[in-house]
Amino acid sequence: MGFGDYVQNIRQTVGTIFEGMAITASHFMRKPFTIQYPDRTEIRVQDSLPFRYRGLLDVDLEICTGCLACERACPIDCIVIDAEKDKTTKEMILKRFDIDLAKCMYCGLCSEPCPTGSIHHTPEFEGADYSLESLVRRYVKAPLVAYKPPKGPETNPEVAPILARGLRYLDEFASPGDAK
Amino acid sequence: MQQLADYLLAEGFLAGLPKSLGYVLVIAFFAFVLLNFIMVIAGVTSWLERRVWARIQSRVGPNRVGPQGTIQWLADGIKNVLKEDIVPDAADKPLFKAAPYLAMIGFFGAWACVPFGDGLIIADLNVGVLYITAVTGLVVVGILMAGWSSNNKWALLGGIRSAAQIVSYEIPAAIAINTVILLTGTLSMQGIIRAQGWAPWNWFLFDNPFTFVAFFIFFVALLAEGNRTPFDLPEAESELVAGAFTEYSGLRSLLFFLVEWGNLYIIGALCTSLFLGGWQVPAFTSNAFIQGVLQMVTFFLKSYFLVFVAMWIRATLPRVRVDQLMSLCWKYLVPISFVNLLGAMLWVVAFPHGNIVMRVLMFLFGVAVALYFFSRVAFHLRRAHPEMSWNPIA
Repeated sequence: MGFGDYVQNIRQTVGTIFEGMAITASHFMRKPFTIQYPDRTEIRVQDSLPFRYRGLLDVDLEICTGCLACERACPIDCIVIDAEKDKTTKEMILKRFDIDLAKCMYCGLCSEPCPTGSIHHTPEFEGADYSLESLVRRYVKAPLVAYKPPKGPETNPEVAPILARGLRYLDEFASPGDAK
Repeated sequence: MQQLADYLLAEGFLAGLPKSLGYVLVIAFFAFVLLNFIMVIAGVTSWLERRVWARIQSRVGPNRVGPQGTIQWLADGIKNVLKEDIVPDAADKPLFKAAPYLAMIGFFGAWACVPFGDGLIIADLNVGVLYITAVTGLVVVGILMAGWSSNNKWALLGGIRSAAQIVSYEIPAAIAINTVILLTGTLSMQGIIRAQGWAPWNWFLFDNPFTFVAFFIFFVALLAEGNRTPFDLPEAESELVAGAFTEYSGLRSLLFFLVEWGNLYIIGALCTSLFLGGWQVPAFTSNAFIQGVLQMVTFFLKSYFLVFVAMWIRATLPRVRVDQLMSLCWKYLVPISFVNLLGAMLWVVAFPHGNIVMRVLMFLFGVAVALYFFSRVAFHLRRAHPEMSWNPIA
């Protein structure tokens, strides 16, 4: 190594460290990228997620027709529905609607065949719990009459917004993109 | 310190006690105060260091414990104290247990000669700088002992690296100190500071080109002696787990990290007293108390700025290899510092009382370097035009 190389090495060392320090100093004044989940975000993270986000499943029992399409579509049988037809009134009676969220793999196949958009994914994702049993969501507390779509538009003011939301969900989720 | 002890014995609150007992009491009191100061300064440095790296890496850093995480260091310390003190079965137990305390003694001893203000020093030895260099060398004995007694290959490698590194880098550090000693003719810390002035062009950093170079050699050598990145080979998390400290847990491990972070302030204080004018401030008032406080604040800010630079370097440069470490020391720093010392000698012969023209020129050169640096920072900001945040605690 000649003397020229020696001086060149020193010059390079000093020069590159100088430049490197300038770069890190410029980063020192930039805004941090960190999102401080869960308590220091501007809005709840769940609210910032899109409508079609595939989070935990939820069921709107007000518009569930008891057709069992979701139970048949589920590839891992995490949905269990007991529905019977009342012989006298010709109504579907829902006795049980359980979703085992521990088994659910968030494939979304259950919400596609749903005629009213009753079963749907939510942007909620905080499902941690202490036991597997508590992850089984039991939606039917007491037997109830399933929803029967009327001929023509829905007129019941309590059900109409829920149905509108469900149909919008179906529209966006079940037939995305070109299939519309 | 001795004046204070004599005063207290003669007419203060220790009057009537035997002289030796009075001295011991005063020394014990100041050792206690100093130990607490070290704990706080090392702890706060550890928190600040993590925040500074975080901002440089576009993160936020610890901000949950206390307002903006300011007492994170206290939580970490308490946690470490409460942890089990594990001594490995195969370790050399007496050495293993003694090692952290030995490192601690070497580090704590150095504080006796670290000045805080005019007259605010535990012992203004006439061999002050030499004493600090010598006593800090004791830390390596503790680290080597820890590496050997752990009976662990990583620890042993870390200990050996530490020994090789500290012994090598003492040489350029000592020669750089000599460049200053040539100008002052005294080794006393206070004497060196008194030989400088408050104005930047009266600092030894800008005294002549040779002291300017010596400052950088000294700072780099001290970083290596303090096992700081880019010279943190003895610890080298990615290669040696934690190097010499691998087998340590709880309070013993905490002591090693206390030494590392406390050492950072000593590095800053040494560079400040030798090159940056120490506690010198212009005579604002005749009130001795206010003047003393101003001096303390000045000295602390200068030292802490250098601590900040050390953090900044740690966030910038990657760790060097062992051969690079050795070639940097023996092929570059040692020869350059020798040539530098020779030049300083000739300078002192040529201008025994200094040269004000060269001082001002060097000062202007320093300002020019700083301005060029800011222009480079501005260039990088302009090129990326990022979202800026001037809030230091965001």
